[in-house]
Amino acid sequence: MRKLLFPIIIILATIAIVAKLFYLQIIDDSYLKKSDNNALKIVYEYPERGYIYDRTGKLLVANQPSYDIMVIPREIKNLDTLALCKILDITREDFDKKIEKAKVYSPRLPSVFLSQLTKREFAAFQEKIRHYKGFYIQKRNLRDYQVDFAGNVFGYIRQVNENDVKRNPYYISGDLIGIQGVEQAYEEVLRGQKGVKYIQKDKHNREIGPFKEGIYDSISEKGKDITITIDGALQEYGEKLMVNKRGGIVAIEPKTGEILALIASPNYDPKLLVGRQRSKNYQQLAELPGDPFFDRVLIGEYSPGSPFKILTGLIGLQEEVIDTHTSFPCSHGFYYARGAFMKCHDAGSWNLHPAIAKSCNTYFAQTYKRIIDKYKNPKLGMDAWYNHLRSFGLGQFLGYDLPIGRKGQIPNSEYYDRWYPKGGWKGTTTISNAIGQGEITVTPIQLANVMCAVANQGYYYTPHIIKSIQDDKIDKNFVEKKTTTIDKQHFFPVIEGLAEVYKSGTASRLQIPDINICGKTGTVENFIKVDGQKKQLKDHSVFLAFAPKEDPKIVIAVFIENGGFGATIAGPLASLMIEKYLKGIITRTDLEKRLLDSTLESEYILKDQVEAEKRAKAKLEAELKAKQKRING
Amino acid sequence: MVKTKHLANQSVISNVDWLTIFIYALLVFLGWLNIYSASLPDEATSIFDLGQIYGKQILFIGLSIPLIIVLLSIDAKFYEKYAVVFYCIGILSLLGLFVFGKSIKGQTNWYQFAGFGLQPSEFVKTATALLLAKYIAEAQPTFETLKEQAIGMGIFMFPVLLILMQPDMGSAMIFMTLFLVLYREGFPGWYLWTGFVAIILFFLALLFEPLFILIGIAIAVIIHFITNKKINRNPFIYLIVTVVMIGFVYSVDYVYDSVLEPHQKDRINVLIGEDVDMKKEGYNLNQSKIAIGSGNWTGKGFLEGTQTKGGFVPEQHTDYIFTTVGEEWGFAGCMVVIGLFVTLFFRILYLAEQQKTAFPRIYGYCVAAFLFMHFFVNVSMLIGLFPTIGVPLPFFSYGGSSLIAFTIMLFIFLKLDSNKVNEW
Repeated sequence: MRKLLFPIIIILATIAIVAKLFYLQIIDDSYLKKSDNNALKIVYEYPERGYIYDRTGKLLVANQPSYDIMVIPREIKNLDTLALCKILDITREDFDKKIEKAKVYSPRLPSVFLSQLTKREFAAFQEKIRHYKGFYIQKRNLRDYQVDFAGNVFGYIRQVNENDVKRNPYYISGDLIGIQGVEQAYEEVLRGQKGVKYIQKDKHNREIGPFKEGIYDSISEKGKDITITIDGALQEYGEKLMVNKRGGIVAIEPKTGEILALIASPNYDPKLLVGRQRSKNYQQLAELPGDPFFDRVLIGEYSPGSPFKILTGLIGLQEEVIDTHTSFPCSHGFYYARGAFMKCHDAGSWNLHPAIAKSCNTYFAQTYKRIIDKYKNPKLGMDAWYNHLRSFGLGQFLGYDLPIGRKGQIPNSEYYDRWYPKGGWKGTTTISNAIGQGEITVTPIQLANVMCAVANQGYYYTPHIIKSIQDDKIDKNFVEKKTTTIDKQHFFPVIEGLAEVYKSGTASRLQIPDINICGKTGTVENFIKVDGQKKQLKDHSVFLAFAPKEDPKIVIAVFIENGGFGATIAGPLASLMIEKYLKGIITRTDLEKRLLDSTLESEYILKDQVEAEKRAKAKLEAELKAKQKRING
Repeated sequence: MVKTKHLANQSVISNVDWLTIFIYALLVFLGWLNIYSASLPDEATSIFDLGQIYGKQILFIGLSIPLIIVLLSIDAKFYEKYAVVFYCIGILSLLGLFVFGKSIKGQTNWYQFAGFGLQPSEFVKTATALLLAKYIAEAQPTFETLKEQAIGMGIFMFPVLLILMQPDMGSAMIFMTLFLVLYREGFPGWYLWTGFVAIILFFLALLFEPLFILIGIAIAVIIHFITNKKINRNPFIYLIVTVVMIGFVYSVDYVYDSVLEPHQKDRINVLIGEDVDMKKEGYNLNQSKIAIGSGNWTGKGFLEGTQTKGGFVPEQHTDYIFTTVGEEWGFAGCMVVIGLFVTLFFRILYLAEQQKTAFPRIYGYCVAAFLFMHFFVNVSMLIGLFPTIGVPLPFFSYGGSSLIAFTIMLFIFLKLDSNKVNEW
């Protein structure tokens, strides 16, 4: 027995050692990471971000150098804090806060201490940096905007936050990332690849040469320049026209789906979102009435109003419930149920062509009723109608290359079954859909896309903002034709009707000499709740057009919040935009002047008041809640 | 006369245990490779450069070869015959330290001459082992009387006392392994049990509230009392044991606060995971774990260890040499080294049990015990199984004293073993 004790102890000890080694070396991989942190210093080199050009080759966005002071907390030694604070013009409290924040992120990894120094601050600090161990300067690039428009198109760049870093391991604290607009959509193209150098350190943190002769190092790759489809001059002109009005303009080249202008109003000067002032300015902009960051053309969902009649007409023709000769009598309106009435401007008996020109509610309500009630079951009619609309890109994300969007809403039979669980709904129940009100909502860019399909007589290209990428191809989805469910021959009479709108119809005063425009006006009722009471506001104004009729080069959708009758503001705006794009000069300067001067601000006062009250109330509630939590906690 | 000596030498070559020599050579070689990696300066020089640590180690290895030849040539009886003399020289060398020794980091355990240091406690182990073996072999104690027990323990407790005065806890602790040898030779088992229980109670007392430990002790004692089927279930002894254990638990706090030096407290805190500063007292273990832990299955490769290159692990070429194995050769490399050591221990124990006389058997046991204790304390300390105690890894760590002392210790045993055919 006594012989066995020693061997047993050897075996037990060995098992313990092997198990612990197995745990340290194989199971727990945190030591591998610690080892890298310990012994490697990583130096980054940030390449220049790609430039952005407009479709005519004009430079819109370039870069300017910027300098960040970085800090590695555990490497701070013998620091003269007061002197440093003085050079950088920060207070002692600021200093402590920043160091504490950096320590929380990581004591051994670099954090941004002070970002985006001015050239003068940089020069002053650079002379003295060798006195401040643990601090160093990291050069980066900031945007240098050559223009003061298209803020919503560009988006902006900012430092990554914790979520960005978690989501994408490429980014490390202090990196810049594109947010919104093309900066976000083409972030990977524009940013390039940062270069990395691994340097072996010893325990005194001295650099003892490249790690493994630099086999893991990479050199930075410059960001690629991109050309966007925006026409800078048209975009700028549109933004000018939209001053003091809220809403948006989308212009698309129907033959390609290229977005010529994407104007959301109110907008902001992109220069405001650069550098150290960015977050302060952002805060201020975000609190402005109307919210400049709410991109109305991409995420504003509105009832389309009368322009939707184009689709009702097309579907009617395709479903063969009407033909070009079908006419419905109209006496200033349409009774679709007892006491329910849809008004109309003119009275008479119309077929499709003048019905479009005159925007006759009765005609399209009748057509819609026939479409829905064509089948034995209104469900089948509703779904046929729904599928036609889907083929125009409505009720779904369009798939364009900008990071934000909305589906809009196109109801189908399921939707109404939910509303009317016992059934019993039919064409007349949902008759508002006929004229683009009711349950239908679309975004302005979706509406413009519908007009592209009309201009092309049955197909469209997914709208996109990218025209070309340096040394690269654009997404091939953008050069694929998307066909609608409507046969080509049905577009012809509708287009004739749209042309008639300008000749004799609702927009007859907006003709441009030598150019045949096809268009459609629209007004959309809208309401606001004030103290629980529903109050009707001035109608939204909508206009949808393409030109020239014979060879469409531009499709334009204009949406003006509370702009009144479509032909008063939205229509003239569209017509000026078309003239600007096709001719380059404006001949109707008096019309232009009237529009530039016109303001709708008075229309927005009530809305802004309600909004402000709502926001204040929400803020108060949040504060109360926080207070409650503090008390409870 | 000449002829017989020639014959004797021949019998050494044919009778010596070549497996042990092979393992020894391999450990020394692997040790040197890792010392080379751990001490390589930016500009590599000749491996024989005496200005470099790896160059010096080559010199020590070179010195070991003639030493081995001499050790194997000397008559086997010589070691037993002069064991007392060796022991006395060893004790004198320890005493001499108090006069001529060199102080390094508060410990006086070195002689310094001609640029080389000599650590007598390394050699005293061999001398102690020889004397202990001689005493047991000749006096044939049963260890039933207190006198025999006192002599057996005294042989190694005397140098331990001198070593503790240097003060060198680590080396002193290594000697405790000789209790295993005494046990093998008939020493009462309760000494081992007492030591074992004391160590366990010590750490439990530091980690938990005394009350919980008291409950634990009470339950353990009652279970033992109930399951003990022997007739002499004297409740009085149980009571005394319980009271002593409880007293011990309560004295731990006192020992910890008043007796232990601050650095010893720190080392214990580090081990039991108390709140420690990774830049100060926790630095060594943390860096050691990082180096070993970053090795993964196969390591970063020879001379490729970032921690080794950066010099993050302190004393890496001496007591922490195994961290280089862990980092550069990974789990696989560690298994090879551990495998070699364990094979060596079992080989020595096997050879010891094969001896026909007591002296070489007991001496062999001592050799295995010393080597095992060094190996276990060293490696356990690096991976956080044992408090930080500076003892070298035999044959592996840099250092002339330890390499030569262990070589002498091992090869005396190999000589004794090779001689067993003559021991009729």
